[in-house]
Amino acid sequence: MGQRTPLYDQHLALGAKMVDFGGWDMPLHYGSQVEEHHQVRQDCGAFDVSHMAVIDLSGEQAQAYLRRLLANDVARLTSPGKALYSAMLNRDGGVIDDLIVYLAEWGYRLVVNAATRDKDLAWMRQQAVGFSVELRERTDLAMLAIQGPKARARIAELVDQAGAELIQALRPFQGLPHGDWFIARTGYTGEDGLEIMLPASQAPGFFSELVGVGIPPIGLGARDTLRLEAGLNLYGQDMTEQVSPLAANMGWTVAWEPAERNFIGRDALERLRDDPSQPRLVGLVMEERGVLRAHQVVRVGGLGEGEITSGSFSPTLGKSIALARVPAATGERAEVEIRGRWYPVRVVQPSFVRHGKPLI
Amino acid sequence: MSDIRADLRYAPSHEWARLEMDGSVTVGISDHAQEALGDVVYVELPEIGQQLAGGQAAGVVESVKAASDIYAPVSGEVIAVNAALTDTPEDINKHPYEAWFFKLMPSDENELDALLDSDGYAASLGKDA
Repeated sequence: MGQRTPLYDQHLALGAKMVDFGGWDMPLHYGSQVEEHHQVRQDCGAFDVSHMAVIDLSGEQAQAYLRRLLANDVARLTSPGKALYSAMLNRDGGVIDDLIVYLAEWGYRLVVNAATRDKDLAWMRQQAVGFSVELRERTDLAMLAIQGPKARARIAELVDQAGAELIQALRPFQGLPHGDWFIARTGYTGEDGLEIMLPASQAPGFFSELVGVGIPPIGLGARDTLRLEAGLNLYGQDMTEQVSPLAANMGWTVAWEPAERNFIGRDALERLRDDPSQPRLVGLVMEERGVLRAHQVVRVGGLGEGEITSGSFSPTLGKSIALARVPAATGERAEVEIRGRWYPVRVVQPSFVRHGKPLI
Repeated sequence: MSDIRADLRYAPSHEWARLEMDGSVTVGISDHAQEALGDVVYVELPEIGQQLAGGQAAGVVESVKAASDIYAPVSGEVIAVNAALTDTPEDINKHPYEAWFFKLMPSDENELDALLDSDGYAASLGKDA
């Protein structure tokens, strides 16, 4: 038996098909993954993401610590509420995890992946030696993501006046406290929406309220196809400790300036930056019928081979799409091997759908 | 609880088989199989005229989640395929016992007797659960 979120019993009561995800018993879908996907693109839906780990950092050297720990630079967060996305690297420049960090009045709040929680905390504690910083894992919090074009308007109707005003005022990638809640305009779907951290004891009531007003629950299956369409990486598939952020379409998250900021993995990344043999992460689109899947081999004429890191059927586009790590010089065409046959695919920017609209 | 039809025979690999009046065998996948797969988005069917041995891979069904082989429940020649499924693969989720994949002319009708009846199939699912 895996770990359970505070909403486990509700998932069962809602008819969820449960699966193991990083040691957690989580809902895969509540009937139809494809319908849940469309629901989020066209309206909104609610995800239980309480399996993700919330870690609060405080102490006078919290900023100095994070500027050492993360490849992105928290000095860019100039006022409370601002957030940034970053990789946490090992000394070889491999990705230990990807995370969001929010600047708060009292310090920083990090949200990291569920399957990497223990590894991350061990690494973070190890790196904290010598810094005046306190790490506190917030296992007392649950987290719900309400995503979709109508998400903010629907949630604003359910909270008090001050909460509604905060939700209206939030800018993308901003998160602020509201009483003992923390409301952020972030997500993992390519749509507008919110991620709400709240005391675990309040989560079942709030989730019931959402379902009661017709905001349906959405499982991890649709979460995966939504994030893939949006071109958002999944840790463990599209990036790992063996892959640098430069080979995972995360170069934009590496803050090279100021040059004297010596973040962990910087030396290794600087060597890789000029290495022409570094592969890159691209998008693939298959026009023929069939489904691209992780680990299928990609053949690029004259350049060698690559590999699909995430692949699925795109419900929005009605065809299969994938993220793949391929030789840097790959052009517009490649081929993918599916059950012994080679299928032509288009190579595109790794972002397929945003705000309900196809980009390819 | 998945729907198991008493008038069908089942392979342990979750195909159903129905003996038709003309001696042919119609093949699909069970309600249990479609439910386990989730939303089906693609099927690959065998070729008409193809000779299949019982238990041989005859096609592929892909859901959003995964790809699975479909096996010939008995030996025989493929005499028809349900090409409409390539345009409406979701029919497999909606009506698993109407959304047939292919028809075989069995080379040995006795092979059908080796398949599970509805009780046997229900019992085999019970063991999985």
